[in-house]
Amino acid sequence: MHLPLAISLNFLTDTGFWTGVLILAGVYALVALGLQLNMGFTGIVNFGAAGFMAVGAYSMAILTLKTGLSFWASLPISMLITIGFGFLLGLPSLRLRADYLAIVTIAASEVVRLVAQNARDLTGGNQGLFCEGAKCFDDQWRDVSDKIVGWLQDLGWSNPDQLVPLLLVVWLTVIVVTLGLVFAQRTPWGRVLRAVREDEDAARALGKNAFSYKLQSLSISAAIGAIAGWFLALDLATLHPLDYEPIVTFYAYAILVLGGLANYWGVLAGAVIFWVIVEGTRFLELGISEVRLAAIRFAIAGLILILIMVFRPQGLFGKRDEMVLGE
Amino acid sequence: MEAGALASGHERTLTERIVSAIRGRPALVAVVVLAVIVLVMVAAKGLHDVAQTGLNGLSLGAVYALGAVGLTLVYGILRLVNFAQGDFLTFGAYMAYLVNVTWGLPLVLGIAVGMAMTALLAVSLELIIWRPMRAKRAGVMQLLLISIGLAFVIRAFVQYIWSTDIRSLDVNVTATVHFFGLTIGRTQLIVIVIGFVVLIATGLMLRLTLLGKRMRALSDDIELAETAGIDTSRVILYTWIFAGALAGLAGVLSGAVTSLDPVFGFQLLLPIFAAVVLGGIGDPFGALAGGIVLGLVIEWSTLFIAAQWKVTIGFAALIIALIIRPQGIFGKARAL
Repeated sequence: MHLPLAISLNFLTDTGFWTGVLILAGVYALVALGLQLNMGFTGIVNFGAAGFMAVGAYSMAILTLKTGLSFWASLPISMLITIGFGFLLGLPSLRLRADYLAIVTIAASEVVRLVAQNARDLTGGNQGLFCEGAKCFDDQWRDVSDKIVGWLQDLGWSNPDQLVPLLLVVWLTVIVVTLGLVFAQRTPWGRVLRAVREDEDAARALGKNAFSYKLQSLSISAAIGAIAGWFLALDLATLHPLDYEPIVTFYAYAILVLGGLANYWGVLAGAVIFWVIVEGTRFLELGISEVRLAAIRFAIAGLILILIMVFRPQGLFGKRDEMVLGE
Repeated sequence: MEAGALASGHERTLTERIVSAIRGRPALVAVVVLAVIVLVMVAAKGLHDVAQTGLNGLSLGAVYALGAVGLTLVYGILRLVNFAQGDFLTFGAYMAYLVNVTWGLPLVLGIAVGMAMTALLAVSLELIIWRPMRAKRAGVMQLLLISIGLAFVIRAFVQYIWSTDIRSLDVNVTATVHFFGLTIGRTQLIVIVIGFVVLIATGLMLRLTLLGKRMRALSDDIELAETAGIDTSRVILYTWIFAGALAGLAGVLSGAVTSLDPVFGFQLLLPIFAAVVLGGIGDPFGALAGGIVLGLVIEWSTLFIAAQWKVTIGFAALIIALIIRPQGIFGKARAL
């Protein structure tokens, strides 16, 4: 007899599934770490994260494919470009109040995506951007990736998934960025950020340039967004405008509030929990089409946001006394 | 040297006078600027092209304006940035699709059902989520993120039932009407007429009826309105009915001139936000005007820039408007 709602547990041992889910979780953990710095520690309502990722990823790929720069050289340059973008976005908009800032940043990220879609000569438009003749943007990464696969085989892992090297690099980066942010939060700089979040006027009255601190916070988040953008491009092996829709930012916010505000490590847990739940639906044997399954995944992401905000606004690991989305 | 200082001093007073004249009458300035833009365009591209693209702008603007009125009232009254408003449009359009295409009934019935069901959806959400959340004194960000979650759930519902296929309402897309040398699709003309009739009725309702005045009073200052003896939770319910029905209508009209897919409403959300912001948040008359102006500007931009960029122009206008004049082009400066 066939149960209408049977869950196959094969996925627990499916390394392909775990590799894919954990790479996604790592990429989104990076995005959400940037948002945590903005939202959780500085009080900036940044909805432009997908735009930062797009600027970082597209400038990396365009530099590699169209200027003859190596992949490695294009990374720092594309990060600087993204920081510049974040800086220019923040300069006029960070004085706006929270709801206006949310709309401006989401509109800016949509402008970036629409430029990626329409400036076809540069970005490939809806065809996507991956190779130019025999040269692909990720050639040099693939060489390194193959080398890492070789090492893993030497260590006795007989047949690792092609994406395992990316998984390792992504999570190594996530850990380094998290440690860096946690450390920065303990410095006087980090304490000023929190002061700005709690009471901007008071921080200003104490002689701190609140605006400058907010701009720094947004720029750092842009830099982290660029890294997330590179990893997403390497994971998908292509760049497509649809991969940088506002929904990416919304998912990152779901992860942020799931993990809890003002807690960097919570974001990492939130990212893994979110993607295991959302991608785990692939193994629900409901006997329905892929489009409907996608709709269910969508609804689950929405319900996570609603339920957390209604019943536990401090998130799973947030500190209620430090930061709640009240007021 | 003395003469130079004198000249610059004279200049400053002149600029100051112009600035103060502009400060007093933002609506007048907006109209004058728009008129100048139209004259420049007519001079550059000829009356025919400007009028022809203007017609497209009016139908687009009607959709924006209808979506924006409800959004701005809800925003003004509840401090709720409702990201689910775009998906209200989607929901209304698919309800009309159900009646008009699946059941094969006339589109007029489809419009009525689309409006009624979207209003019902909006009221249900008020009772299930927004009212209890207000009782909990939830913050702006909390409400904003809930509305994003709701947008996902509504979109998921539509996608689950109707899949991601592109669908069309049963309207005549080939018939055209000619007048003054201009050509317009019959459906598009009907959309413009319905849109503007409803927009004018909405404006009159807000201006003249007691309910309309109460809505505006709440949007202005909800605590003051409550002190004045207005039954606020009742007015809020009516506001949701109003916002839902107009959003449903906007969705059906947009679906009639273009097509339906589960994300089309969300894609209209940002231009609708732009209309709200242009008109000044919480000001329904501003939102009506803002929607029309934005629709016209976006379509007129195609005279000068490739049409694929027109959505980008709309977003850029939103960003610039928010940064330069966050109280809106028609709005009066309030403590924001």
